[in-house]
Amino acid sequence: MDTISQSLALALHMVTHVDPRLAQIVGLSIAISLTSTLCSAVIGLPLGAAIGIVRFPGRNPLVVALNAAMGLPPVVVGLVVYLLLSRAGPLGEFGLLFTPTAMVIAQTFLIVPIVAALTRQVVEDAWVEYREQLRSLNASWWQSTLTLLWDTRFSLLTVLLAGFGRAASEVGAVIIVGGNIDGVTRVMTTAIALETSKGDLPLALGLGIVLVSLVILVNVGAHLTRQWARARFG
Amino acid sequence: MGDVEIAVGLPIVAHDVTIMRRGTRVLDRVGARIEPSLRTFILGANGAGKSTLLRVLHGLIAPDSGRIAWGGSTTRPPRQAMVFQRPVLLRRSAAGNVLHALALAGVRGREARARADNALSRVGLSDIADRSARVLSGGERQRLALARASALAPEVLFLDEPTASLDPPSMRAVESIVEAVHAGGTTIVMTTHSLAQAKRLADSVVFMSAGRVTEHTDAATFFACPRSPEARNFLEGERL
Amino acid sequence: MIEKRMPVISNWSRNIGSAFLLLFATQVFAQHPFITVASTTSTEQSGLFGHLLPAFTKDTGIDVHVVAVGTGQALDIGRRGDADVVFVHDKAAELEWLAEGNGVKRYPVMYNDFVLIGPKSDPARVADGRDIAVAFQKIAEAKAPFVSRADKSGTYAAELRLWKDAGIDIAKAKGPWYRETGSGMGPALNTASGMNAYILSDRGTWLNFRNRGDLEIVVEGDKRLFNQYGVMLVNPEKHPSVKKDLGQKFIDWLVSKRGQEVIASYKIGGKQLFFPNAGTDA
Repeated sequence: MDTISQSLALALHMVTHVDPRLAQIVGLSIAISLTSTLCSAVIGLPLGAAIGIVRFPGRNPLVVALNAAMGLPPVVVGLVVYLLLSRAGPLGEFGLLFTPTAMVIAQTFLIVPIVAALTRQVVEDAWVEYREQLRSLNASWWQSTLTLLWDTRFSLLTVLLAGFGRAASEVGAVIIVGGNIDGVTRVMTTAIALETSKGDLPLALGLGIVLVSLVILVNVGAHLTRQWARARFG
Repeated sequence: MGDVEIAVGLPIVAHDVTIMRRGTRVLDRVGARIEPSLRTFILGANGAGKSTLLRVLHGLIAPDSGRIAWGGSTTRPPRQAMVFQRPVLLRRSAAGNVLHALALAGVRGREARARADNALSRVGLSDIADRSARVLSGGERQRLALARASALAPEVLFLDEPTASLDPPSMRAVESIVEAVHAGGTTIVMTTHSLAQAKRLADSVVFMSAGRVTEHTDAATFFACPRSPEARNFLEGERL
Repeated sequence: MIEKRMPVISNWSRNIGSAFLLLFATQVFAQHPFITVASTTSTEQSGLFGHLLPAFTKDTGIDVHVVAVGTGQALDIGRRGDADVVFVHDKAAELEWLAEGNGVKRYPVMYNDFVLIGPKSDPARVADGRDIAVAFQKIAEAKAPFVSRADKSGTYAAELRLWKDAGIDIAKAKGPWYRETGSGMGPALNTASGMNAYILSDRGTWLNFRNRGDLEIVVEGDKRLFNQYGVMLVNPEKHPSVKKDLGQKFIDWLVSKRGQEVIASYKIGGKQLFFPNAGTDA
């Protein structure tokens, strides 16, 4: 109880008197998770939509694999990306290990399956309604994919938020490939891990409250957007 | 309208078409010939196969056996359009829906905007062109679907019970739009439950019963003296 | 009249494209020269780097990126060429690492000490003793709860050496009283605090540790508890990407009079934590 009330007080203090180091950590966390969400969107949205619409041999096993990949353990992804990006590894010449770029790469690997699998579900459900009309209009599979992606855009916003939430909350991948370097690759989750291991639990919990508040804020924004969209567009 | 080019995908000839679904013959060795410029109505009881035949003629469903040809070619021609009983509209403005269909047909820019403008004003939806399509009323939505179809200047317009869910004023509005589209040179192929509507609009009738075409004559002959017993029963039931 | 609308997709791709360009640009262009140093969690958690590195950067304009992991992983990072300099505290492991051809030369830098932490209740009766080997013997005999890091860290290596000095074969003697956590110093201290157990810790991490519970220092000062730090440049012949000039500048600075003074000036609660001894045979 003591720790919790201390932490709440600390969290409130941190948010109102914005410590520049805290601001840097929060800013980096958002930048990295946002970038990886955008990268995952570029890859996962068309991929998921195409799988939702096109029937091809091997589609069903692919759908199952994609759904399973949503549960990829972040530490495993982190380890694999670490081995790929290490100087001793195949992509070592780019010198990307222990940089924010490596963290974006690892998180993108982590959330592409989430974005693709959920997009597939959304688009496949919409396809039932649109299929005949789009075929009547002579839309190619690629045109249909783009049309449905735009039409389900508000549901897809929720999908992207799920991806962002996963990225912003994970620690296993970014701590391995980023190295938790102070001022360079330290984000909210790795900072919490560090402060916990230093035994500074009130600070760790305070940071945790800030992180959770951020995620809640983002989701509230999404909810309000969806409500507005439903009223406006039907 | 009046800008329909020389017919390329007509006549539509279905020969011996069979479609099986879950062991039943939804279409059973069906033959039909859709002539240009006519308003052909497909009539029959529920489950007779009207909607399926319509979709085969439009090329949405491929026959399990038999053949279908459009103006002699076995590939489906591009300049056809279809309106469904419940209109399928995108989450965009009314104008956006028409422009999207035009873009799929390769028409963009100033020409697309002009055609969309015209199509919307012909169905009386000009002042709500910017409203979201999916929040329009049932009648407005069906008129929008028709605007979208007519903007494509199709050779053939297929309609699957387009007025079944509409109130009488909307139904009359839709009928007059269909008349106008036809007057511009488009061939019409339509299904309906309403014999009154068929009597008002049809030039030619295809009558179906249990997956077979039992009669295909001009409308006047069909309504005055139907030849097949199934057709006679059907019209009898309507009179009672 | 329908207004012309910009095609939505090309707007988006333009915006996303410029965001990427910005991220890429800041990655490549906006950085000062920097080196990557693989070091240990206990060193970072002692707070030394927060005191030491700004002085180095001020003197040389070179940034230092510290990846703080266990000693074993730090040496592995150096072995793979993912760091330019390795700065750890396990002489035997360092010399072995050098012998494998992973580095250039080992420079002793400083030492700090380990302390034996234990509960105020002191079930093994070791408090205020001056002999660490005797203390370890008493703990094993009493089978008092003891938390071990059991990772490839310098602290763990020191702990194993002390069991040996006490004449105890810990692999055989360990039982439910001996808890191996496989974790860093901080988490191990958390565990010990939760369990009211004995634990060997470096002084720095202990002084910064906030979650002490009923624990306190029970044995300190034995020479065998001294913890020697060495710094090594990763072998540029094995890994051409190593920043050998900048890395060597760091090493030279650490062992220089200036660097050694900065090390000595680091204090927690008024107490000096690290004792510079560059140039000796340590």
